[in-house]
Amino acid sequence: MFDTLKSRIYQGEQFIKDIKNAPMREQFRGLPKLCGSNCNNCTACLSVCPTGALKLNPLSIDMGKCTFCGACKNVCKTKAIDFSNFYKLGASTKEKLVVTEGTEGDEFLKTAIEVRKEIKRVFGKSLKLRQVSAGGCNGCEMELNACSNVNFDMGRFGIDFVASPRHADGLVITGPISKNMAYALEDCYKSTPDPKVVILCGACAISGGVFQDSCELNREFLDKYPVDLYIPGCPVHPLTFINAVLGLISG
Amino acid sequence: MNWIKTKNNTKINLNEIPTLKISELREEIISLNKRPLAFFGKDWGSLGTKLFVILADDECGDLYVSSVLFGQNEKEYDSLTQVMPSFHIFEREFYEQFGIKPLNHPWLKPVRKNQKDYKFFEMEGEEVHQVAVGPIHAGVIEPGHFRFMCNGETVYHLEIMLGYQNRGVEKLMVEHPSNALAESICGDSVIAHNLAYSKVMEILKDINVSKRAQLIRTLALEMERAAIHIGDLGAIAGDIAYLMGASVFGATRTLVINTMLEFSGSRFGRGLINVGGVNFDIDNEKIERAIKTFEKVEKDVERMVKTMLKNTSVMSRLEKTGTVNIEKAREIGLVGMAARACGLNLDSRFDFADECFKSLALPRKIFKGTGDVNSRFQLRYQETMESLSISKRILTMLKNPSKDELLAPCTNKVSANSFAISITEGWRGEVVHIALTDANSDLTRYKIKDPSFNNWYGLALAVRNNGVSDFPLCNKSFNLSYCGNDL
Repeated sequence: MFDTLKSRIYQGEQFIKDIKNAPMREQFRGLPKLCGSNCNNCTACLSVCPTGALKLNPLSIDMGKCTFCGACKNVCKTKAIDFSNFYKLGASTKEKLVVTEGTEGDEFLKTAIEVRKEIKRVFGKSLKLRQVSAGGCNGCEMELNACSNVNFDMGRFGIDFVASPRHADGLVITGPISKNMAYALEDCYKSTPDPKVVILCGACAISGGVFQDSCELNREFLDKYPVDLYIPGCPVHPLTFINAVLGLISG
Repeated sequence: MNWIKTKNNTKINLNEIPTLKISELREEIISLNKRPLAFFGKDWGSLGTKLFVILADDECGDLYVSSVLFGQNEKEYDSLTQVMPSFHIFEREFYEQFGIKPLNHPWLKPVRKNQKDYKFFEMEGEEVHQVAVGPIHAGVIEPGHFRFMCNGETVYHLEIMLGYQNRGVEKLMVEHPSNALAESICGDSVIAHNLAYSKVMEILKDINVSKRAQLIRTLALEMERAAIHIGDLGAIAGDIAYLMGASVFGATRTLVINTMLEFSGSRFGRGLINVGGVNFDIDNEKIERAIKTFEKVEKDVERMVKTMLKNTSVMSRLEKTGTVNIEKAREIGLVGMAARACGLNLDSRFDFADECFKSLALPRKIFKGTGDVNSRFQLRYQETMESLSISKRILTMLKNPSKDELLAPCTNKVSANSFAISITEGWRGEVVHIALTDANSDLTRYKIKDPSFNNWYGLALAVRNNGVSDFPLCNKSFNLSYCGNDL
């Protein structure tokens, strides 16, 4: 008993007080910082990019495909590509995830998440989510679990993961959606009561990521049903996830 | 000669691998009586299918490689599983991928194929009932289906059905191999899989990795081990409703993975390891900070584990729950941490040590476990402390600046007609990567074996005669990978 109390006191306060302005280590690879005028079209970056997220003329990176591995930055001899530690990367459409020269964090944030008004009205104070891993490698899953730990404590905003789709207001999908999970995913979606939101979490869910060329995928679900939020990352950092979802429900 | 004897991290000429008849090889495998490390097929064009077998001699650190050529019309053979049960999953996989049937296999169930119409084992009786769980589970974890045969609260049998995560990784690895893809094979063993992949490619390309880069790699591997073990100690605490433990271990794990973020820009070490070496150096300022952090982590973990183990209500949940005894573990071929917890002395860091690990000359600690949840809990604690101490030692060694090149220049020259093997001990156990090239130096087959592939059946045996409510606890104590198995 006393040992338990001692451990508790020793731990002190662990939670991040201001989650919207939490500091991030400078090494974190977040929003790409591109300088197209430095680019000499050597195409070295194209050949090392594992997902084809890069495009030249003009230079752009699709964060929906990017694994933030930094390989392009490492091979770029003219310093045209860099990554900032800006971590609020969520957006309400796929198109908004394409970063070009001059995309700055605060600018990006202003227009990144624009959603129907209904979402704020219905889910503004409480959003219960059902997570479905459809071929996810456990990277995003571990980070989503971390969202609920004592550091990030997502529950304080009324956002939680629940055990049943029947109790949920929306789905969080990770992984490239394998053929063998396609049926279960759709079943889960249909079991979630309306109105509901769909959140794609991580490069695999948004674009197939490193698995986009696999013949074992079945991504028809995404053609059939609307998606409300795209959260890039490989895996998605808990701060990225929480801030994106807060952006969604605060309209 | 029926076998080629080789070591870890080597390549052999494909044409030198003996090709036997299946009946001969079967006799050989049974008489050698070694542990299967790999047993996989490769399409051999118009000649049929070639089966490659690698057996591991853990005591001497030797690998035995041989092969069989099945002609187009040879579609069956006498199964090995009847004699050596540890082959059961390998033979099932081989049958699923190449349609060559092991006769008299006791349980020829698909490994990864969609199994909608599969009929589970059923038990009959008045009080017997089935509990079906999954593929989508209550928590935020990967998908898999569990079917329990229960009598009241007691589980008589658990049948596990996987394959939901199949993403076709082995095929993708042949088409366009990359470090990013290797890191996504199993996202909780990023370093282990990426290291195994990088080593295989370095062997094929004859690249030498500098001493400093090797040290940073070993450091990352040990940090990954410590971080996951601490996280799982927390998850075990959570599953017995000891929330204090779940909170403290959760927060402590954050310290380790945030140190990894400082080293590599990713909490799980993505982007750190590359074919040829590592992408990031660690300067003295970061080293000092990391050593201080690890000292704090050691204290926190020790304090919490000791507090937990003093608590009788904790011990009553951990002790004698989910036991796999040493004979069973050996018979079904458990590997890695799960095997060590049963008292089997398997650790490829020592058995198949690479240059860097040998140079550290670490003492091998033998864990005397009984194979229950308590053993796995205590082993994880011991390994956490061990990994943190190794990490601190490597960090101290890295303080001396060196002129070593961190990333060796990458060539595109790949050895032709080669068979390269690399074994890395991830936190779960041995991660085995094997690559085959043809006469044009193109990759033609890439085989991955995650330790979960061997160990899932161990979980099924562990829950027998336990309460169904103890399943989450047993499951977390193993914490096996779904996508590592499904690939």
